[in-house]
Parts: sequence; structure tokens; C-alpha cells
Amino acid sequence: MRVAGLSPQVIKALFSTQYANMLEYRAEIALWALSGVLPFIMLTLWSQHDGGNSLAYQGSDLSRYFLSAFLVRQFSVVWVVFSFEEDALFGRLSPYILQPLHPLWRYVASHLAEQVTRFPFAFGIALIFFLLNPASFWLPSFWQLLLAWLATFFSFTIGFLLQSLIASLCFWNERASALERLLFVPYLFLSGLLAPLIAFPSDVLKFANWTPFPYLIDFPARVLAGLPVDILSGFLSQLFWIFCLLPAVLILWRLGVRRYTAMGA
Amino acid sequence: MVIEVQGLSKTYRIADKEPGLLGTFNHFFNRKTYDLKAVNEVSFVIKQGEIVGFLGANGAGKTTTLKMLCGLIYPSAGFISVAGYLPQRRQVPFLKQITLVMGQKQQLIWDLPPLDSLMVNAAVYGIREPEARNRITELADMLEIGEELTRPVRKLSLGQRMKAELLAALLHRPTVLFLDEPTLGLDVNAQAKVRSFLAEYNRRTGATILLTSHYMTDITTLCSRVLLIHQGQLFHDGGLDALTERLSPYRQVRLELNKLASKSDFLGYGKLESLNGRSVCLLVERKNLTSIVSRLLSNFDIFDFEVTDPPIDELIGSLFQKGTL
Repeated sequence: MRVAGLSPQVIKALFSTQYANMLEYRAEIALWALSGVLPFIMLTLWSQHDGGNSLAYQGSDLSRYFLSAFLVRQFSVVWVVFSFEEDALFGRLSPYILQPLHPLWRYVASHLAEQVTRFPFAFGIALIFFLLNPASFWLPSFWQLLLAWLATFFSFTIGFLLQSLIASLCFWNERASALERLLFVPYLFLSGLLAPLIAFPSDVLKFANWTPFPYLIDFPARVLAGLPVDILSGFLSQLFWIFCLLPAVLILWRLGVRRYTAMGA
Repeated sequence: MVIEVQGLSKTYRIADKEPGLLGTFNHFFNRKTYDLKAVNEVSFVIKQGEIVGFLGANGAGKTTTLKMLCGLIYPSAGFISVAGYLPQRRQVPFLKQITLVMGQKQQLIWDLPPLDSLMVNAAVYGIREPEARNRITELADMLEIGEELTRPVRKLSLGQRMKAELLAALLHRPTVLFLDEPTLGLDVNAQAKVRSFLAEYNRRTGATILLTSHYMTDITTLCSRVLLIHQGQLFHDGGLDALTERLSPYRQVRLELNKLASKSDFLGYGKLESLNGRSVCLLVERKNLTSIVSRLLSNFDIFDFEVTDPPIDELIGSLFQKGTL
């Protein structure tokens, strides 16, 4: 049975090879996992600041939100624009373009393999968090976990498509990664990484909800933490963004690849 | 015809920048560009099973042409057909019939053994695992590579890496091979092995090979026909001998005399290239060769003589060095 046009043999080969490759970088991945502790820093800051009262969530809810935000972030990190830019500049993209497989699948496989490699480190950090903060411990139900996983996977998909859109600009401008910085700032403020979006002024919240950013961290984190959230609306919004971005990426890719000059190769 | 090229051109728009701060400001606010014709109205055909050498100085347009032939870049004008397909469409049946190997550029995953990359390639090209293993064994035997396939690529020598790259590029048994400097940087032994492998692959599969190389031994060993491109235009399409004739309208006449002679004795016999004791080397125009040789034979006491073409690698080498014809 084919998945998204890929045969099981291709999926197995791509994933197992990329997983083996990522294991070679396990120490680096552990450090990347550790470097994603921004939600914990924000938790500490907000907890010190009037006990988090201004954030709508308090006490263990606040801790659970930020731990969930940390975990969602761990499994939705995207770096395709940087890998793609390097591959395009150094000519490594050329053999991939000449193979009967869309080059973006290789990047998808490496991201998923990295997530699996990252899992034990993220899990370990969560355990340490609970040891230091036992009052915030909770065990999500199976369905809660399943929905949170799905929301996180969709979050990764949106992030991947957003970055792929920018990566496709490499065909016009070799340094497309600089444009990624434009995404980073709204992502930081509107995704829920710094504070739950519910704590934002209503106008900002309304604006944020028209962007894909709240569905990258805030929505999946609230599902995982078991906090009040409109699950149907969240998933529909995630699917909306995926169905908007996917054709945009494919069209931009098709237009861009005509301009490919195969430099460095 | 496996490859058919008609009036192929590729133009790049290049930004021109003067050095210095003023040049930088001008470049920023009033960018000047010009169109560079990297390939200009090139036409040729290649039959199935041919091994054709593609020669030219750096920047002559060889690699750009190869990239257009394999569908990596779009031509600005002209028509290309490879194995019955328009390369720029990159249709799956076309991609399964071709391969591009670029010396020093790799598709193998750096930190894993080549075997991992090979299994990915096998899956991508829809080759079942047992069949893939058979093909790997066959190609590995031809390339004389074995245990290296299970060592991380980063631990392999350049020659071993190149062999593994070739294996990865040929696993799907392409019928049209585009090879861009496949022996670049390899030592003499590794070069020879790659050459004999390519000849054997061509013999076994009947594949068509278009090869660029700056090592003339690659060309003289493998190619019966050469295309010489110069400043984007096709300068020669034919045999090596014919190319030699075009590049050098002279032949070397080497004489071994029984008696010593002076330089002035050879006035009117062509260009005196060297005179060492009784050994003389003259460059004689091809059209005058017969008459001059008969005059030499009648006017000098000759112990031995030989008429040769100047070595093709010297001719092409000087062409590459000069960058002009």
C-alpha cells in the first residue's frame, strides 16, 4: 500500500537510513533537545511574576502547559530551509533532482528520523521536570495522547511546509534562510512558546488566530496538557493551513526548479 | 539516435560589479547585468552505445551542456531529446534511463556506509531488495570494491568513494550516462580502474556514454569520437585523428642523421623544432609533407626517420591552457 505516493520500500529505506544517520549525530541532537528549554525559562519567569495569575493558567496548569509546549516544540522542530540551502549551494541537490522521488521527501525523512532520535532525550528532560516539580505530574489518557500526537504531527507538517515555501525561494535567492528569520519572530510571539495565547489581549489573539502560528505550539500543547481547547476547530485550522501551503509549495517548487542553475555542481 | 541536440543555447544573466566601495554602491543601487551565452547553438547526435568525449577548456560550456542534457537545467533555446524524452520535463521513465556522475560531488551519505545509500537508491528506483543485492554484487565485482561498501563514506579514500559513487549512479542500470570529470583527483591506478570499468559497462550493457574529462587518457582510451566545445560553440565533432588535424595542421618529422648538420641546412623544410646532434625534429605542413619528405630523403644522409602527429594531449592541453583556438 502506497502512502502519499511512496511505496513501503521507499518509506522503509528512507526512514531507516535517515535514522541511522541521525544516530551518528546523537550527541548533537541531545544538545539540541537541551537547547529547547525556552518554555521552562518562560515558566520560571511567569511563575515568579504574580504566580502566573495574569496568564489565565495557574499553578500546575501553567507548568503542564509549558512542559507540553516544550514537548510539542521538540517534535515539531523544522530546519529544512537550512539543509536545503546548503544542498543547493554545494550541488548536493542535483543528484536528488535527477531521481524519481521528490527531493523534499528526503528532508521529511530526516526530520522524522531526528524526532525519533530526539525522543529519549525529550522524555528524559520531561522526567527530570516531574522530579523537580512533582505537583505538575499528570498522565494523559490514551486518546489525549493520540490527539496530541496528531496535533503535533500537523504542527510539524505546517512548519515544514512553511519552511519549504521559503526554501523554494533558494531557486531565486541563494540565501533564502535569511528570510526564515522573518518567520521566526511571529513564530516566537504568536505560537504560544513565550506564553499561552489565551493570556494575550483579545485583538492580538484574534489576529494570531488568522495566522498558522497558534496551531504550531499553543493548540497541540493545550491538547496534551488537558487544558480547555476547541479540538475540532484546532484540527480544522491545522488542516486548512496544510491544504493551503501544500499546493503553494508544489507550485513554487515547480516554478523555481526551472531556474535552478545547479551551481556548485 | 539516443541523444539528439539541435541549436541548443543557454544564456545566463550575470551581474557585473566594479571593485571598491563605489563599485559596491553602484552594484547596490544601479545593478548592471549582461547576458552570457554559456552554450551557443550547439547541435549533435549520439547513437546508442557510443562513448563520446566532450572536450573544452574551463568555462567552455561542457558542464552546462551536460546539465541540460540530463534535465538538471532548462535550455534557453533549442531542442534536446534523450532516449526519446525531453530532459527538462524530468519524467520518471526518463530519469530511470539516465544518470549523471560529477567528479568530487557526491550523493552518498557522508557518515554512513555506501550500502545504506545504495539501498535507498534501489528503493527510489523501485528495485526489489534481492535484485538490488545482485546488482550491487555484480557492479562491485566490476569496480573491484567490496568491504568498503560497509565502511562509513568519510573513511574511504577518494578513489574508493568515486567507485562507490559510480555504483550508486549505475544501480538502476541507466542506458545513458553523463559523466562529468569522473576521474578528477584520482591517482593513476584509480583512474585506470574507472576507465576499464566504464569500458566494460558499455560493452556489457550497450549504454551510451557522454564523458567530459581533462585527463586526455580518459578520452583517448574510451572515446572513438569527440565533441570539442569552445566558447559555447561546437568546434569539432568527429574522431580524435580528425581533431588532431584541425588543431595542428602540422606533422612531426623526426630524423636520425648519419652526419652532423646545422640549423641553416634545414631552411625551407618547415619549422625546425629541435636539433640535438644528429637528431632533428621538424614541423611540416601536412599539405607539403610528401614533397618535403622526398626532398629530405634525397638531400640528407638519413639513418632513420619517423613521421608522427603531435600528441593529442599536448594539443588539447595547450588549448586548455590558452583558452583560445
